[in-house]
Amino acid sequence: MSNIIFRQVSRQFEHGGKLFPALAEFDLEVRDREFVAIVGPSGCGKTTCLRLAAGLDFPSGGSVSVGGVEVRGPGPERAVVFQQFALFPWKTVADNIEFGLKSKGLSAAERQARIARQLELMGLAGYETAFPHQLSGGMQQRVAIARAYVLDPMVLLMDEPFGALDAQTRTLMQEELVRLSRVNPRTVLFITHAVEEAVYLADRVVVMTRRPGRIREIIDVRSVREAEGWDRVERIEEVMDQESFVHLRTGIWKLLREQQT
Amino acid sequence: MAPYPEQAELSGREFWTLSFLGLLMFFGAWSVLALSGLMPSMFLPTPWAVAERAVELTFHPFAGYTIQVHLISSIGRFLLGFGLAAAIGVPLGLAMGWFRWLDAAVTPLLEAVRFVAPIAWVPFAALWFGTGIGGPTLIIFTGAFPPALINAYRGARFVEPRLIEAARTLGAGNWRIIVEVLLPASVPSIVAGLRISAGLGWQSLIGAELIVASSGIGYLMVKGQSSISTTTVMSGMIAIGAVGFAIDVLLRRLQRRIEAASGIGE
Repeated sequence: MSNIIFRQVSRQFEHGGKLFPALAEFDLEVRDREFVAIVGPSGCGKTTCLRLAAGLDFPSGGSVSVGGVEVRGPGPERAVVFQQFALFPWKTVADNIEFGLKSKGLSAAERQARIARQLELMGLAGYETAFPHQLSGGMQQRVAIARAYVLDPMVLLMDEPFGALDAQTRTLMQEELVRLSRVNPRTVLFITHAVEEAVYLADRVVVMTRRPGRIREIIDVRSVREAEGWDRVERIEEVMDQESFVHLRTGIWKLLREQQT
Repeated sequence: MAPYPEQAELSGREFWTLSFLGLLMFFGAWSVLALSGLMPSMFLPTPWAVAERAVELTFHPFAGYTIQVHLISSIGRFLLGFGLAAAIGVPLGLAMGWFRWLDAAVTPLLEAVRFVAPIAWVPFAALWFGTGIGGPTLIIFTGAFPPALINAYRGARFVEPRLIEAARTLGAGNWRIIVEVLLPASVPSIVAGLRISAGLGWQSLIGAELIVASSGIGYLMVKGQSSISTTTVMSGMIAIGAVGFAIDVLLRRLQRRIEAASGIGE
């Protein structure tokens, strides 16, 4: 079971001797092979959720478990894709992708095979020996996603992975991610502030409240998507034109607008 | 535009002309003073007398050897002390940048020792390690070690946290983080540190040789002093300056190459 369970999670940060609650009474299960997107106003603690699942941060109360095991630190079974890519600038594309594989005790031949397969899948073939700074932002993020996918992780944690990309690249990457997650379904926790992105990508969308972050509502997108047959529509703009899509998006927008005042 | 005329940029030609004029005035004043007879020539020889002596020292042994042999002996000591300082300072600095406990344990000791100048180590070095290879090596080490360590430490501390987080989420342990993340990320800082380190090491070496050695450029100068040969002393100073400059040029070139290779600034 590759699920993520947040049980009554809270997290406070201390600043200048005062405690600031970032997350409160946070209960969520990301089920096996489910794609869950968290949206919310900035500072609502959505990135904190992801960091807790990644083991880069720890809850002040409650517990976070992945695959039935409480998270006690970072590990390659919980791969993270960061907004700013976080590629190693001194390593080539292939070496960046290999970095995590080296912790898994695979043979060199097996590592090479996996890297080749991943490069192919992400449209990176031919860029093995390039350095990150020689690639565009979109290509860099592909490398970062490949670096996560190649580990065959239990769960994927994505922190606004397309936030630093221009609009066109972003659209392409979203389509790509949908394609990827249909070919190879994963348990994904996806953080974003872009509502359309969340509705397009996710099975369920979690809407959070302002600080301290609580769950305002969880919207089931998957049942609508399947009923309306979005997956048969190839292009993102056509999906976004569907009445059912617009309806869901507007509903989430309204929930977020409530938070503004 | 510069806010004050005094700060205005100089053109390349202006710069070189002024540099040349500065040197010309220095040597001119020196020559005039030497020729005027105000100072005895034993203490203030003319520039050309020094040049003549420097050339003579290349084939005429003084204090046992020719000046090249003295220089080689000095450079050998320098490489040993500097190499040791880099080999210990860089890994220790990186490790201190990663392990807080090591930082806490080592820093107070370093701070305490830092203000003991290399030259102040001379008597101790001579007592413990003798005047052969050990004493001078220790003195060079004391000069070259702090910048090697401090720059590696700073480099490691200022590595972008997200790269460390990425490495940790990819399952890297302490060893891999230090070797595959902190070290490459700190290379520019480390090389800049080694440049300072080499400069200080070379300067400390001469200080060491003035007192403990039986060969080397510092030793040559001490012997020149005791035989009241100002030209020999000055020849030694020129050699020290030239070699120090050459070391810096070499390391600066290395630094530029490494910076270009690691794609810094892109």
